[in-house]
Parts: sequence; C-alpha cells; structure tokens
Amino acid sequence: MATSSVSKGCFVFKPNFKKRKTSVPIDEYFNKGKNESEDSKLRFETYQLVWQQMKSETERLQEELNKNLFDSLIEFLQKSHSGFQKNSRDWGYQIKLREIPTAALVLGVNVTDHDLTFRSLTEALQNNVTPYVVSLQARECPDVKHFLQKLVSQLMDCCIDVESKEEENVQIPQKMTHCSVDSLSSWYMNVTQKTDPKMPGKKRTSSSQWQSPPVVLILKDMESFTTKVLQDFIIISSQHLHEFPLILIFGIATSPIIIHRLLPHAVSSLLCIELFQSLSCKEHLTTVLDKLLLTTQFPFKLSEKVLQILINIFLYHDFSIQNFIKGLQLSLLEHFCSQPLSVLCCNLPEAKRRINFLSDNQCENIRRLPSFRRYVEKQAAEKQVALLTNERFLKEETQSLLENLHVYHTNYFLVLRCLHQFTSSLPKCPLGRQIRELYCTCLEKNIWESEEYASALQLLRMLAKDELMTILQKCLNVFRSSEKQLGNTAKRIEGFLAQFQSLDAQANEEEDTSGSQSKGLQKTDLYHLQKALLEMKELRRTSKKPTKFEVLREKVVDFIDSLVREHLQPPETQPLHEALYCSAAHTLRERLNAAPRMALHTALNNPYYYLKNEALKSEEGCIPNVAPDICIAYKLHLECSRLINLVDWSEAFATVVTAAEQMDANSITSEERNEIIHARFIRAVSELQLLGFIKPTKQKTDHVARLTWGGC
Amino acid sequence: MTNKLEVMEDKMLEVQFVGDDDVLNHILDREGDSLKNGSATDGGNKVYSFQNRKHSEKMAKLASELAKTPRKNVSFNLKNDPEIMTNIPQCSKGHSTSDMIQLKNNDNSEFLSTAPSGLKKRLIVPRSHSDSESEYSASNSEDDEGAAQEYEEDTNEVTLSQKIQAQNRVVSNPVCKEIPSKKMKRDKTSDLVEEYFEAHSSSKVLTSDRTLQKLRRTKLDQQTLRNLLSKVSPSFSAELKQLNQQYEQLFHKWMLQLHLGFNIVLYGLGSKRDLLEKFRATMLRDSIHVVINGFFPGINVKSILNSITEEVLDHMGTFRSVLDQLDWIINKFKEDSSLQLFLLIHNLDSQMLRGDKSQQIIGQLSSLRNIYLIASIDHINAPLMWDHVKQSLYNWLWYETTTYSPYTEETSYENSLLVKQSGSLPLSSLTHVLRSLTPNARGIFRLLIKYQLDNQDNTSYIGLSFQDFYQQCREAFLVNSDLTLRAQLTEFRDHKLIRTKKGTDGVEYLLIPIDNGTLTDFLEKEEEES
Repeated sequence: MATSSVSKGCFVFKPNFKKRKTSVPIDEYFNKGKNESEDSKLRFETYQLVWQQMKSETERLQEELNKNLFDSLIEFLQKSHSGFQKNSRDWGYQIKLREIPTAALVLGVNVTDHDLTFRSLTEALQNNVTPYVVSLQARECPDVKHFLQKLVSQLMDCCIDVESKEEENVQIPQKMTHCSVDSLSSWYMNVTQKTDPKMPGKKRTSSSQWQSPPVVLILKDMESFTTKVLQDFIIISSQHLHEFPLILIFGIATSPIIIHRLLPHAVSSLLCIELFQSLSCKEHLTTVLDKLLLTTQFPFKLSEKVLQILINIFLYHDFSIQNFIKGLQLSLLEHFCSQPLSVLCCNLPEAKRRINFLSDNQCENIRRLPSFRRYVEKQAAEKQVALLTNERFLKEETQSLLENLHVYHTNYFLVLRCLHQFTSSLPKCPLGRQIRELYCTCLEKNIWESEEYASALQLLRMLAKDELMTILQKCLNVFRSSEKQLGNTAKRIEGFLAQFQSLDAQANEEEDTSGSQSKGLQKTDLYHLQKALLEMKELRRTSKKPTKFEVLREKVVDFIDSLVREHLQPPETQPLHEALYCSAAHTLRERLNAAPRMALHTALNNPYYYLKNEALKSEEGCIPNVAPDICIAYKLHLECSRLINLVDWSEAFATVVTAAEQMDANSITSEERNEIIHARFIRAVSELQLLGFIKPTKQKTDHVARLTWGGC
Repeated sequence: MTNKLEVMEDKMLEVQFVGDDDVLNHILDREGDSLKNGSATDGGNKVYSFQNRKHSEKMAKLASELAKTPRKNVSFNLKNDPEIMTNIPQCSKGHSTSDMIQLKNNDNSEFLSTAPSGLKKRLIVPRSHSDSESEYSASNSEDDEGAAQEYEEDTNEVTLSQKIQAQNRVVSNPVCKEIPSKKMKRDKTSDLVEEYFEAHSSSKVLTSDRTLQKLRRTKLDQQTLRNLLSKVSPSFSAELKQLNQQYEQLFHKWMLQLHLGFNIVLYGLGSKRDLLEKFRATMLRDSIHVVINGFFPGINVKSILNSITEEVLDHMGTFRSVLDQLDWIINKFKEDSSLQLFLLIHNLDSQMLRGDKSQQIIGQLSSLRNIYLIASIDHINAPLMWDHVKQSLYNWLWYETTTYSPYTEETSYENSLLVKQSGSLPLSSLTHVLRSLTPNARGIFRLLIKYQLDNQDNTSYIGLSFQDFYQQCREAFLVNSDLTLRAQLTEFRDHKLIRTKKGTDGVEYLLIPIDNGTLTDFLEKEEEES
C-alpha cells in the first residue's frame, strides 16, 4: 500500500491541478448517500436555510444575553481608566495607580462556550473602549517570555489594524526577539502620541474620547495559567502602570476564590478586582429552547427522545450550549437526510406550494406514513378511496392537514406556556420547574393521564387568591402575545380576573361570619368544647358550602384542564407529524454520545452481535471456540489477576484453538500447526496490547500486566 | 466416559488444564456458579467492576471449557506437546490428602511410562514458590485416569491402572464437601472496596513461574510471523465483508458531514485502516489529503505540520516553534478559503500522538473550516485524551466501525510488539554501525559485549569500569593509551552504543544498553561472518 512505510508516517497526496475540482458541490454527497431519494436537492437547500436561520438566531440570542454583562464590564473599564486619564497629583490616585484594574469574569464550567463569549466581548470592547484588546490562553504562555511575546505580537496586530498597515511589518520580527514591559510602554507612548493628532475626528469616534486608550488584556482561562507567570507579569506591569495603562480581565470557570489561591496576597493586592457573573448556562439553554424549539418560527421540531438525549448530554456531560446547538444541527441534518418528506419542513406557504409539485413517489411516501394511515382509517369509505388513489385530492388534503399541524403548534406552545405558569411555582414542582421538563412530558404522552398532572391539579385547587391572580395575569400576557389564535381564551381569562376582583368586596362579609362562630366557643369546659367542636365538624361536612372564591378557583382549574386536554395532545396523534419531527434518537446518541469501550467489550465478548454467524451463537457469557482469535485471548485473559503468564496463556489459547480446528486440520503437520497457532496467539496478544488491555511488565519474566479493572 | 475412550483409541491423550479445587467446583456445579464466576456476563458491569482475585489456573479451566463448547472433549497429541505433559500435579496449598494421593498416583504413572527425563526432574525438584497455589496444575482426576491409562497401554500393565482409578474415586469424594463453604466466603465479600483491597493486599503474584524459554517457540521475527499468519485462512469472511459493505455505504454521509463542519472519529474492534484506505480511494481521489499513520513509531506533530507546510502549502521556510508553525498554517487556511485539506489519521490515540499538546494542536487544525479530519481510535481509554475544550475543537461525530480485521500494520513496528520479537532492528543497526568502524574499535566493543554477557547472571552488575576495560584492551593489543580508548568510547557514545555511569566510588562504568539476547545474536552473527 502506498501509505505504509518503515521510515515515514505522513503521506501527502496532491492530485494535479487540472484534475482537482475547484469546488465540490456538497449536496452531491447529500444525494448519493441515499438510494434515489426524492427532492434531495431541495431538501438540502431547505436544510441549509433552516440551519442558517437557527444559527443566526442563536447568535443573536447569545449577544442579547451577554449584553448586560458586557455593558457593566465596559462601564467598569471606563470608570477604572478615568483615574489614569485625570493624571491627578492626588495621593489617593497615586495609590490607586499602583493597582491594576481587574475584572474577574465568572463564566461557569461550560468552557466550550467561553470562546464565543470572549470573541464577542473583544468585539464589544474594540468598538466601545479601546482598540488594544489582547486575549491570551494559558497554553500559549508557558513562561513570562512567551507571555510577553504573545502580548506584543497581538498588540502590534491591533495597531496594524488601526493604522492601515504601514511600515510596521518590518518592526515586528525585530521586536519579537526581545520583549519587555519596558519596550511595551515605550511602544505605547509612541503609538498614542503618533495617533493622537491624526485620529480625533475619524475612525475612533467612540474611543477617541480618551487621549490614551487603555490596553485590555483578557486571560481566557485564568485557572490554567502557571502561578509564576501570572505573578511575575502582574508585578512587572504594576510597576509600569503609570505609563502603560493595563486593564486585566480574568476568565474564570470555577469560582473567584481561585484568584487568591493562585496569587499570594502580595500580588493580589496589586489588583483592584471587581467581580462579574455571566448568565448561567442553564438559563441560557432555557432561552435557546424557548426561542428555537418552543416557537412556530422554525418548522423543525424534535421528538421527545431526541430532545431528551440532547438535554441529557447538556445536563450530565458538559453544560455546553455549543454542543447542544451542535446536536441540534446534527438532528436537523439527520432529519433532512433520512426523511424524504422533510421537504415540507419549511414555512407554511412555501410548504403548500411544494405540495403541489410533489412527485408520485412522494405521494406514495405520504400514504405510507403511519400517522397518515391512521388518519385515513378514520375517514369515511369514499374519502379513503379518494385519498389512496387520487393524487390531486391527496395533495389538497395534505395541504389542509399541514395547515392544521401549524395551527396545532401555535396553540400547543401557548397552552404549554400557560400550563407552565401554573405548574412551575407549585410546591415540589410535580411537573418540573423548567418548561423543558414539562415539554418533554407533554411530547411523550397524554399529560393529563400522568400522576404528576393529577397531583399538580390537586395543588392548583389549593392556591391562594393572589397567587392565582398573578398566574392568570401572566397567562393573559402569554395569550395576548399572539393575537391570532385562541382569542377567546384570552377573553375568558380576563373574565376570570374580573370576577376575582369583584370577589374582594364579598370576601369581607364571609370573614365576619366565620369570626362570629369562633366567638361562640369561648368559656366552656373541656367536655363542652369537645362536643361543640365535633358538632361544628359535622356541620361543615354535611353542608360544606364552598365559598364563591372556591367555586371560581374550581372553574379556573377546570378551564386549564380543558385547555390542556384539547391542545396538548402529543404530536404523534397529529397526521403528517413525521415531516416536521426528527425522530432519529438512536443515531443521534451514537454520533454524539458514543460508548467506545462498550463497543469494544461487546465485540470481544459477544462476536455474534456483529458477525451474524450461527456458529458464534452461544449462551450468555460464553464464547464458542471458533470465535476470532482476539476474542478467545481476551476471554482467557479475563480469568487472570494482575499479571498473566504468557506461557499459560498461550497454552490455554492453543487448547481452545486446537479444539476448534480439530476436524479440518489433517492436511498440515501438527508441528506446523502448532507454529501457526503460536503465531496467531502472538498476533492476538499484540492486538490486545494495542487496545490497551495488557502491557509488558518487568515484574516477572514472561508476564504481562492487565490494565483493565477486572485485573485488580 | 464412552466418548473419551473413543478418543483414546486414537492414541490421543485427553488433557484439561484445571486445578484440583476448580475441577471439583466444576464437577459440582458445572452449569451453575462456576460459569458466572468465570466469564463476563454482559455489558459494562464486568468491564468496570472489580473482580475477585483470580487463581492462576482459572484461565486453563476456562480454556478447557471453551474448547469443549461445541464438542465435548479436547484432545491433544501427546508427542507434539511434551510440555503440557510436564504440568502434571504440583502440591497445592494445604497438601490435602487427595493431592497427596494424586501426586503419588501420577508418580506411579510417570515411572511406569517412558516419560522424558525432564519430566521426572520437574517432579522431583521441590517447588520453591510455596505461595502460589499449585503452579499450573494437574488435570482433574478423570484426566489422570486418562493419562494413566495411556501409559499403561504402552506398558501393558492394566491391572495397576484400575487400582489407581479406584483409589482416585474414593479419595476425591470427601474433598467435595469442602467447596461450598469456600464459595460462600467468596460470594460474601461483595463490597467492592473490600475486594479491591483484598486483591491488592499482597504483592505476591499468583501465577506460575514458567517462562517462554522452556517452550521452544519463543522467537519469531516479523517475517516468519507474517508467513505463518498468511497460512491461516480468515474465518467469517462473508460476515466481515458484509460488515465492511455496511460501513462503506456511509462514505457519502461522512463526506457530507465533514463538509458541514463536523469531524469523524471511528472506533470499534478491528483495524480500520483498510476501511479508511478505501474511503480515501473512493472519495478523496480529487482532493488534497494527508494520510497520517499514528501507529508509526517515529510520528509526531511536528512531522505532521511539516508535511502540511512543506508539501501541501509548498512553504520552504522553517519555523521557530510548533506553535508558530500552527499559527502560520491557520492563517494560511483562513486567508484562502478555497484551500481544502483532508487529514486521515490512523490511530489518533497512538503513543506518539496521545499527548496533550499533540492533541491540542491536531484539534486546532481540525477546527478550521477547510480542514477535514477523519480519524480512528483503538485504545480502550482513548476518549480520555480529550477534555471538553478539545472535544469541542474536534467537533466529533462518532461512528462505530467494528471490523474484526487484524491490526497487521499497526502492530508490525518493533516497539509495539510483545516480548516475543527478536530485536532485529537494534541488531541490524548495531551491525551497521560496527561495520563502519575500524577492526580495533570492533574488537573493543566485542570485549565489552563479552564481559557484559559473562556477567549477565550477576544482578548487581553495573558495568565494566574504565580502568579494567583499559587494562583488557591493552592486553588484547587494541589500544595503546587510555586517550585512544576514550576517543573510541566517545564514538560509541555518539551512536548510543554504550552508556556510562558513575558508580558510588566515583569510577566510570560502561554499559551497553541493549538486551543480552540481541548481543548474543550479534556475537553469533559476527562469528559466522569471520
């Protein structure tokens, strides 16, 4: 093979220029993957469109969510820098001048999302505060020298960006060789003096308000910096602070205590630290879900299993929004790849238009959808025939069904939010505190059949009036937000609210009556008191006349219940839901949350799982002796403790293999056969070594050590 | 028994490698606990859980069990496998009566038979390792019968054998009762922590002391190994082909997903090299791609980056550090969006690439929009290489491709192989280097080799002191002053042929850092040539 050699590990293949295609159309791969699938080109375009929309939406969300944080950060930077600006002789300022203004930015453990945050932060700072924004990562700076080098080179880059790339090119390499904060500050003086007269009106309108913009240094992953580097840098730069206005921003993933753990008091006292907390990733997720999935804006939806997998990966693995979005992208791709009817997964007018152009095959695909079949079975006989034979009729019906599906979604999300308002604040949260939990339950089954729902209603029936009213008010806002659907629901809620308000007056009277009753119990002996209490209890049980408030509350709860039953049916009940819902849960889990150890283990333990050969079939925990060599060797090695004697192993292996070969091995001499078996054993052992199950050891001659848990 | 008698008629000896206790276990509840105890049931719980301390003979037991599965018996050719014969009984701990008698039993049969003399020696030599519970032991009583019978057929002394059989039967029964209680004890210690510490409580290793040297088939070099293996007809080829076809259908999907910004990682048992080669041949014919053999022992990130800068981007300059080079590549690819590069890495988890820095750099490369990475991993702990940051850089999509193909190429390099491989690479380099030297220099080196080989049994040997060496060289008329000797040694040292160490007395000691087997081979070869 061209790619194996004893002297080389990298092989570059460059097809000659003429042959090379300039740009391979990606959708070609999309087409060929499936055999003759329908509308694949259109589907791929739709995929890209939907994905682009979703992506820009998430980016917009991210920006929005970070806005508060960035605003306060920028304010801090401006405030702290103003001290340098005033250049006053005040003693207080002198002291303060020795302290480097530092923003400690606590970002949470979802390190993968930090990059994006820092990128937009850099952008925001460059637009609003200073052109000199440098961000460093720990792995780039193993020591102070590299630290400074990186700092200088990035600063130069900033500078080049500002000045339209003039003679700087020559200077950089020279400066790279020896960098010190001294040279930095002199460079800074140079630059600010040079640019100041030039700049005022033009480019830096926002930042030119200061004659000397500060240099902002972002340390992206503060925890991973070596203590020494940080300390040295801080001490050095604090000496030069009066001529080199530095502001630090620490990116912190764990907790602010880390600053004091990394820096001794002597160093941290040189910093003037202010703490900033970013939005927690869970809230971020809620917003993303809210804006991407719990909305009719995007036609694409996730089935319960898929959503659960993505949320589980988020909650149990990384807390990373980036990964969640990646999962979303993958599920989108899978959906458009595997479901031919995903052409209809676009906005309603477009989908209707597309229905008209559906091919016969696609019509057949519609008819084959389980949900559609269920729908057809419910129709009258002649309509059934028409649906199954007449393309024209089918298309019209599909259009109306699709429209229904869209209406269903609009109502669904409104009612879902409304229900969430009711259940989120209940004690113990039987239906979950987050709307995503509620959504998952609703997607999974008829929620009103669940026990949790029953207990939630029970709790709702005990709500106090003011609580109920605030919730109703919130629901009203939800319904008002979309005018089109469920208009009269909003009106009914309004009605309820009005009724509650009118209750206020009457309530006072009732309180009076109950008060008078309790007065009657005074000054009796124990026996009479007991008797009276029993009587009262009896009286209450028999009459049990609910107050007006209770009646009204009952009505409200019933109303909600009816809404839920009407609109929160799981999507599986809707015809054509397959076109919009991604259900490739299994594939998604395999792609994103794979279990390579499991796979190895299964392959070694149960080869039948992969090689569907009857000879390999065996009862639990046992493998037949015809199994692949490596499986046999693996199985045998499981029997050993920490160390394995190679001789014993090889003999055991030979026993098994000889038994397997008994029948057909008459042709070759037994000596040769033993040689071959030995060779096979060697191969199996070295493969196990490659897989990391064993390693050579010097503890005892001709032994290997087990590396897996079983070998303890 | 009928079964077995049939076998015996074929002059075959039935052998099972099973320890006494376990045999009894085995007889008592063959279908029951013993199976559960020995073999992994399913899923992860076996992989991740602690296990009881294993007895050395368990493996043999399982082997015989496995061997038995389809047909009921295992037969062994006596003449071809004398070694197996030698493992007749050792005294197991406690010296229970049954053991004693079994021993006697076997002694009888041994002396009756025309056993090789080595056998007798083994039996007579007292066991030095009393801690290990019976080395590789005995066969169950039935086998002893078998063995005995076999011998007796040879010597035609049938009557004695029957006596022995009878004895055996009688004795083995009472011992059976001992077992259940023992098993109970074993089951009770279910507490994982306790088990762990129990397993690690003693540093004693309960394995047999046999070494490969006693077997004749110790040394196989790469070439013979390949030749031998080529004679093996691969089993299940139809099923394997089907598996591979299944994976090949994914090629288009891979291309699509690579283009959409994901990277692909393949995992699962079996070499994925052929699959990736096929992928390369079918899909990447018209695009620039780099194939990287992670299993190649000399690979490192630097060479990967070099091949990208030099061969892909045609850059002639050098870089001060790997990071600079990486920056340069990243800039290059960011500037020119029409540039596309596929990276195929076989064994991303290999020794040389699994380091944190290497992974970071490859990850950063792969995170570029126009670099597409498809890689394979094999090591069970490979995913541990990546923290969240790296994983997000890689943006993996996982594909399971279990191929069961042998890792021929991956394990073919000298260092990835187990003890068995002769040091042919060091040997050849040794000869090459020495050939370029003067005869005197060769003589000097040979002196050192001989001295080292003479002292190979001396565990406290730290090397030959310079003064002694000089003396010897002088006596052999190889050098005339210690300066010439020093000059020679410098040359050796430059070629990494010798190592010097300061002893506790401040004297310099010289040592050849090559294992003694290779040195012996070298001497033999030298003598052949001259």
